[in-house]
Amino acid sequence: MDFLSGLFSFLYQTGDAFAFLVLSACGLAVIFGMMGIINLAHGEFILCGAYVTTSAVRMGLPLPIAILVGTLVAGLVGMLLERVIIRHLYARPLDSIVVTWGISMIVTQGTLIILGSTMPGTGTPFGSFTVAGYGYSVYRFVLMLAAVATLAVLWLIFTRTRFGILARATIQVPHIAEALGVNTSLIYSLTFGLGAALAGLCGGLYAPTMTLVPTMGSAFVVEAFVTVVVGGADIFLGTAPAAAILAVVKAGLTSWQGQLAGQIGLLVAVIVVIRILPRGLTGFILRERT
Amino acid sequence: MTKQATGVLATLGTLFALSAAAFAQDGEPIKMGVLEDQSGDFAVATIGKVHGIELAAEEINANGGIDGRPLELVTYDTQSDNRRYQEFMRRVLQRDKVDVVFAGFSSASREAYRPIVDQFDGLAFYNNQYEGGVCDANMIVTGAVPEQQFSTLIPYMVEKYGKNVYTIAADYNFGQISAEWVRDIVKENGGTMVGEEFIPLGVSQFSQTIQNIQKAKPDFLVTLLVGTAQASYYEQASSANVDLPMASSVNVGQGYEHKRFQPPSLANMYVTTNWIEEVDNPASKSFVEKWHKKFPDEPYINQEAENSYVAVYLYKQMVERAGSTDHDAIRKVIAEGDVCMDAPEGRVCIDPKSQHMSHTIYLAKVSEDHSISFPKVWDDIKPYWLGHVGCDLTKENPEAQYTPSDNPKKNDG
Repeated sequence: MDFLSGLFSFLYQTGDAFAFLVLSACGLAVIFGMMGIINLAHGEFILCGAYVTTSAVRMGLPLPIAILVGTLVAGLVGMLLERVIIRHLYARPLDSIVVTWGISMIVTQGTLIILGSTMPGTGTPFGSFTVAGYGYSVYRFVLMLAAVATLAVLWLIFTRTRFGILARATIQVPHIAEALGVNTSLIYSLTFGLGAALAGLCGGLYAPTMTLVPTMGSAFVVEAFVTVVVGGADIFLGTAPAAAILAVVKAGLTSWQGQLAGQIGLLVAVIVVIRILPRGLTGFILRERT
Repeated sequence: MTKQATGVLATLGTLFALSAAAFAQDGEPIKMGVLEDQSGDFAVATIGKVHGIELAAEEINANGGIDGRPLELVTYDTQSDNRRYQEFMRRVLQRDKVDVVFAGFSSASREAYRPIVDQFDGLAFYNNQYEGGVCDANMIVTGAVPEQQFSTLIPYMVEKYGKNVYTIAADYNFGQISAEWVRDIVKENGGTMVGEEFIPLGVSQFSQTIQNIQKAKPDFLVTLLVGTAQASYYEQASSANVDLPMASSVNVGQGYEHKRFQPPSLANMYVTTNWIEEVDNPASKSFVEKWHKKFPDEPYINQEAENSYVAVYLYKQMVERAGSTDHDAIRKVIAEGDVCMDAPEGRVCIDPKSQHMSHTIYLAKVSEDHSISFPKVWDDIKPYWLGHVGCDLTKENPEAQYTPSDNPKKNDG
């Protein structure tokens, strides 16, 4: 019984860390993996999702609908930003880092000035349950399911839909895709919007469990970048397995030696991976297959 | 949004009014540097400090200034960034040549700027509760310290809830030294530490920590979490139904978590604070009213806001009694031992040995619906500990920070 409850708690903690890593990294991975843009404003799309979701809940919408609204708004803002700014920087990846960093600072400070230093939370729904003396939050399972569902939906989008195929074609050889009549500029817009929407989804899902402040995005960004760096360019071959491995590392170390060890473990994992597998897990898996 | 805009305009307006007043009066203005975090991770708790200083300055200037001289504020946003503190501290001391600086929220930021204040022989007020121990003649501390907050709080909790204690604390000098205090006081009261965990600043996910706490089965939990990211702990612990009494020296009084979070995530939390806006006495009521008149959109007036407001008046008193802004003259006034005033919290005095302030300590209890009650109030708790370990600024100036391990009588291992 002791062993079973220990196993359950380890799985729960790993699943919880996995959900956090997948949800915070997905949007970043889409924008980086598909478009090669390193989006330092990633945290601010998460912020956008969280704030819109919370406001929608306060206006009386049920939480799932509110999260959808948050996701959509973040996606639309992402598309707008792509149209106005990002699209001029596709040939200048280094400049895009500086520009997205600037956007991130403007959004954080702008939110502080316009909306104030904090927004009241909505409270976590669904309550808790007890296994062998330990209390667990039900909502955490919702987050785990959401992470798996997000991966599944992304996989369907990129392999089974026309948009997915056109997107991959555009990313692989843009001028040929264009020659074949693909509206590549629309595809870029939609892909960036998708990445932003995924960030918004992450914000919306975590909004009920966190302090809502203009800097909340930064709580996600380190983990998101670590996951994407370890994973490499591909979401399914990279991000998902990277998140799984990192989740085990983090949950194991945190339960053994506390939060500090968990954080150190994550960063050490990145250093090791960059040293041994410069292209991340994606590169490793693809090389294995060929 | 328009409300905010008018707020900004109003602030600008008062600033212009202030500078106009400055020209209208005789005498050169007294310049006060204000270095506080108006953006970044700590902004929630510190914007009120700037407002407190502005309110006090406005009142003082409307009543003829300090010794006939207007008070002029030189304000910079330190962005919750220790390097900004160093940069702006150099700027206010060297370029702006201010007479006094009001600076700092986190202990890391204070220790970042303190050597610069010492180097240029400036005078800095630190208006924040902290882990205690700074013995430095260039610093005046108006915030509460552990012998005021923990020597009251921990015995109360041990008696009421039991002897097994678990601490979670932010992993930097504030959290580490405060946790050391908790450890010592728990032991003195016959309790046991069943666990301790230090959380890096910026961590926002706590499920494993929550489980570690549940595993150790403490009677109550001491939370010394700092910053908005770490504040996510309460919501997550509440949704996992941890349901432990909590004790803290930083929550509620600084980050007004009881207003920001959905009840009942902070239920059963006990905090020792030297003032919060719920304090129910006539002086404090009229203070809150005055505040809301100037800052109608203020979400909460916290203890540091009151400290900052009070500190401006204490500085005024020191300068007027010293007859100048000269630091040695001011220190002579402090050495007289009767720099006191009636603050919204009650009577406060500056202790000459440590240049820290005595406080009324309120035990604030957060209920299920997040309303506040005060089961206990301690009057006139003095910052005695530094004098106890040998700090006497009237005689020498070590410019050092002491920790509980410097305690001379601690020989029981």
